[in-house]
Amino acid sequence: MAEVTIREARKRYPGATDDTIKGIDCDVADGEFLVILGPSGCGKSTLLRMVAGLERISEGEVLIGGRVVNELEPKDRDIAMVFQNYALYPHMSVFDNMAYGLKIRGLPRTEIRERVEAAAALLELSPYLARRPRQLSGGQRQRVAMGRAIVREPSVFLFDEPLSNLDAKLRTQMRVEIKRLQQRLGITSLYVTHDQVEAMTLGDRLMVMNAGVADQIGTPLEVYHRPATLFVAGFIGSPAMNFVAGRVASGGGAVELAGGHRLPAAIGGSAAGRPVTAGIRPETLVLADNEPGAVEAIVDLVEALGADTLVHCRVAAAGPDATLVARLPGSVHARQGETLRLAVPDTQVHLFDPETTRAIV
Amino acid sequence: MHKRVTFDNRWLPYLLVAPQIAVTVVFFLWPAGQALQQSVYRVTNVFTGAARFVWFDNFEHLFNDSLYWDSVQVTFVFSAAVTVLSMAAALFLAVMADRVVKGASLYKTLLVWPYAVAPAVAGVLWLFLFQPAVGIISYELAQMGQPFNFRVDGTQAMLLVILAAAWKQVSYNFLFFLAGLQAIPKSLIEAAAIDGAGPAKRFWTIVFPLLSPTTFFLLVVNIVYAFFDTFSIIHAVTAGGPAGATNMLVYKVYNDGFIGLDLGGSAAQSVVLMAIVVTLTVVQFRFIERRVHY
Repeated sequence: MAEVTIREARKRYPGATDDTIKGIDCDVADGEFLVILGPSGCGKSTLLRMVAGLERISEGEVLIGGRVVNELEPKDRDIAMVFQNYALYPHMSVFDNMAYGLKIRGLPRTEIRERVEAAAALLELSPYLARRPRQLSGGQRQRVAMGRAIVREPSVFLFDEPLSNLDAKLRTQMRVEIKRLQQRLGITSLYVTHDQVEAMTLGDRLMVMNAGVADQIGTPLEVYHRPATLFVAGFIGSPAMNFVAGRVASGGGAVELAGGHRLPAAIGGSAAGRPVTAGIRPETLVLADNEPGAVEAIVDLVEALGADTLVHCRVAAAGPDATLVARLPGSVHARQGETLRLAVPDTQVHLFDPETTRAIV
Repeated sequence: MHKRVTFDNRWLPYLLVAPQIAVTVVFFLWPAGQALQQSVYRVTNVFTGAARFVWFDNFEHLFNDSLYWDSVQVTFVFSAAVTVLSMAAALFLAVMADRVVKGASLYKTLLVWPYAVAPAVAGVLWLFLFQPAVGIISYELAQMGQPFNFRVDGTQAMLLVILAAAWKQVSYNFLFFLAGLQAIPKSLIEAAAIDGAGPAKRFWTIVFPLLSPTTFFLLVVNIVYAFFDTFSIIHAVTAGGPAGATNMLVYKVYNDGFIGLDLGGSAAQSVVLMAIVVTLTVVQFRFIERRVHY
């Protein structure tokens, strides 16, 4: 049991001109599940590997349980890690894979057996203890990797995209299992993924990373409802948030879009004339035939998903090339070329500074 | 889905493999047949080449000849030493080269060089270094109070040919070990590090077992090399001497047959060697597929 603290952590690879990790601060409480989310190449795995001790920390500090671990070997950090490719030892049985770390620590044989069998029972691996990893399915291998982490009884679990090698159905199933397991064991966990569904469902809190910077750290719903930057706004949510350029209208209360439309928004008049990027989630757009604030949209493409219908539209009133995606109920039957009237509540319009990309509160 | 190329022409496939078949027949099957035949004949007239069928007399002589058993012993010592030495050195170098970050390709290139040296040249190279009268290393050794003269001392002669033969083979083993090491996923090593294993523990419990297919393959290849391909090194450095101290089986075949002109006895020795090669090959094909794979 331990909290993890990351202080101004930086990573620069030898020979590189720029930092891969550009100063990240984060406190992970004891027993908390923190998901580190970001696109590939944003440095999320590097950050995790810095906590694990597999990458040197160029600057800053990482503390586990209040102890600075910068100079400690991975084995002395009291962590366990689950790798993307599971990293099971192919020449050892499932039992030996799970027992390896315990044997090295010199635990008595009987205790090793007890712990491994308990973990195997927890993960429904008991019938497979004698098998080799190659004789297991993807999901079973994944569970062995989890088991190897569990038997060590570490103070921190580190997950490096553990579900990305599984097919969609199994991924959903394992996601639930991981969540249940973590809640049951109450072990502080850091979980790296690029899958926002995984992130939203698993995490107590999310860290959304972009190019080596933690753009936002917050609960999944905070991140969804109050994205701190344009990047976070566009990364979280599917389909992605719509962005249109405009200026704050004189007197406030609306944004004047490039195409002349006045988009109602919750902003005061003091910022009148200021250029902004307005963000509208597809799922907040509604059909509003008679509402005065509604905008005319010409249907470009329709994706009927059953429960929902995604409608891609061209909106001349928002700007010359402005397009919007709306997530409408499945009962809406829009046809290509048809004109719809769409509206959005002013509280659902997110405003960002186009220069700094930060949210305007 | 398997796609099979089918030839409409009945004779084309045979024509296409004919050159390879011809080479095999002329340079392998025919001499092998000759050896088998000669091993049961004894030349009665060296001028006419007339020979008499003697059943297995040649083999009987061979197995009752203490010089032959000496040669067998010498060959086993030599092969074991060459195999162990060259593989151990190659594995050590491969592990080191695998860690090198800067100039890795330079190291690798340099380490592969000896393989490009012909065995006879490799032999001569070591001969120059250890030549009793002018060799620089034997001079240094003499300065240090350890005279080195492989022309007189059988043990020293053996050491020298072992060294030369092993040195030549290190490159080959190095390449295979390095490829084997690089095929081991990095995450396995990292997982072991997190599990608490230090570098030595990681090597013996993870890396070495995972290299076992490579190791077994190289073991067979090296034994075959030490048995058969070191002829030119022996020939160039010691010519089997002094007093048969480095007289390998394969060198004895040549020596008895072409110097001693005992064609029947020499052929019988060839047949024994043939049996050894066949056994090694069978072992290799049988086991490499099964046992060693994890």
